[in-house]
Amino acid sequence: MDTRLLLLADSRLPAGGHAHSGGVEPAATAGAVTDLASLSDFLAARLSTAGLVTAALAAASCSFAHSSRDHAVVRAGLGGQLHDHGGEGGRDGEGLWRVLDAEVDARTPSPAQRTASRAQGRALLRVARTTWPHPALDALAAHSPRDHAVVRGGPREQLHDHGRWGGGPHHPVVLGAAAAAAGGTPRQAAAIAAYGSVTGAASAAVRLLGLDPLAVQQALAVLADDVDAVAARAAAEPDDWAALPAVSAPGLDLLAELHLRSEVRLFES
Amino acid sequence: MTAKTAARYRARAAVTAERDRHGRTRLTRLRSDGPLAVREAEGAVYLVGAAAGPLGGDDLGLDLEVGPGARLAVRSAATTLTLPGDGESRFTVRARVGAGGHLDFAPEPVVAVAGCHHRAVTEITLAEGATLRWRDELILGRYRERPGRHTSRIDVTLAGLPLLRHELRLDDPGVYGGVAVLGTARAAGTLLLVGTGLVGEPVTGEGLAVMPLAGPGVLISATAGDSAALRRRLCQGESAATPAGDLPSALQDARAATPHH
Repeated sequence: MDTRLLLLADSRLPAGGHAHSGGVEPAATAGAVTDLASLSDFLAARLSTAGLVTAALAAASCSFAHSSRDHAVVRAGLGGQLHDHGGEGGRDGEGLWRVLDAEVDARTPSPAQRTASRAQGRALLRVARTTWPHPALDALAAHSPRDHAVVRGGPREQLHDHGRWGGGPHHPVVLGAAAAAAGGTPRQAAAIAAYGSVTGAASAAVRLLGLDPLAVQQALAVLADDVDAVAARAAAEPDDWAALPAVSAPGLDLLAELHLRSEVRLFES
Repeated sequence: MTAKTAARYRARAAVTAERDRHGRTRLTRLRSDGPLAVREAEGAVYLVGAAAGPLGGDDLGLDLEVGPGARLAVRSAATTLTLPGDGESRFTVRARVGAGGHLDFAPEPVVAVAGCHHRAVTEITLAEGATLRWRDELILGRYRERPGRHTSRIDVTLAGLPLLRHELRLDDPGVYGGVAVLGTARAAGTLLLVGTGLVGEPVTGEGLAVMPLAGPGVLISATAGDSAALRRRLCQGESAATPAGDLPSALQDARAATPHH
């Protein structure tokens, strides 16, 4: 057990994670998650779709953060990416961070989810840079907008897609780089991402539905082996970006879009 | 016919569309192979099933090449049934579209039959300025039938950058039957539009999400109780994605385009 990684996985990390319900609020509003049983099903489905994808992207980012200090390693290990994306952003580490960020965009068709991911990425980046200085985090911050540029207007403004990098780098990219900065491996970055994909949603459900916290905790414990299995799969081949999992969850996409239009909501997403 | 006695196919069909010096599209390659037959008719190239399936163990591929400035529409004559057999069946489509080219791929739905074990892989490479209309429709089993294992993934790059990587995995009913994925829907589909002049803000409806991508494209995602309702929702989404009177010119042209030999 590494305390730095425990800090990164902790929901008390001041990175704004509490403002996001992982799709539980819109699902509850739609009457699709109402009790412990439906929550358990929701968490399991979320883990093997969005959870797997974000864990794989976090593992890729962690691996790249470790290697990006050494451009020779980058060229050797990520030759495919450099070849495929040679026209974009040059052949330096900075251009490749943009490519990895675009890999998140490509796996996130829902504009509402892209906005939520960038908001969480931006908040986590601020904490991580203060806590674990690392060149990879600096490279990500170099392209993030200043805080005053953050759009905090009504739904219409929030719907606006700020384009690649606008609004902050995507959350799994920052999470992977932060895990690397804290000394973690890609497998550990994947584990933190997979774990976070269900714990945040579970605690939101307790608040939204008034579920018994002990029962929800037990439901999470039942999922523990699945979380480990997803993390192992997610970190299997972190350097082949194009081939990383891209499992979609059409229900989550639709719920996320509906959520942004609802009048009353407790959570950002 | 049983799977054990059925011959396994390994087939590669191909279509190439090129723009000639008069600006017209010519089909310079139209290659059928085994159970995958391609025929030119009514302004489109039709995929015609020359045999049942794919069956488990079959490995089928289709290569589509659309040269710069050329236009190609691909349809199919009937629904495709993915059938059980000896191992996994696979259908790989690779498409390349050159600058100013347009590919409109909209075959009839695929039905994931009980006991099937199928993987559909689609890799699309778009040059800068290429446009695309790509439809995927999946029916979860025949009437009152639970589908077999079915995975479909589409990867689209535009000018070397990833635009969409999207996989629908039906392997665990406990996962895909949940509200997070398909819920109780019996049909799911997507329509991807790539080009300019598409809607910039998301639109939602019952079982329908019209989602502008980070790049120049819109993904229309729909679920429904049956294939007819699915098609209606995708059409509704396409109308919403292409604002009236403001159809992307490339898409507009493609609807009237007729390939010539």
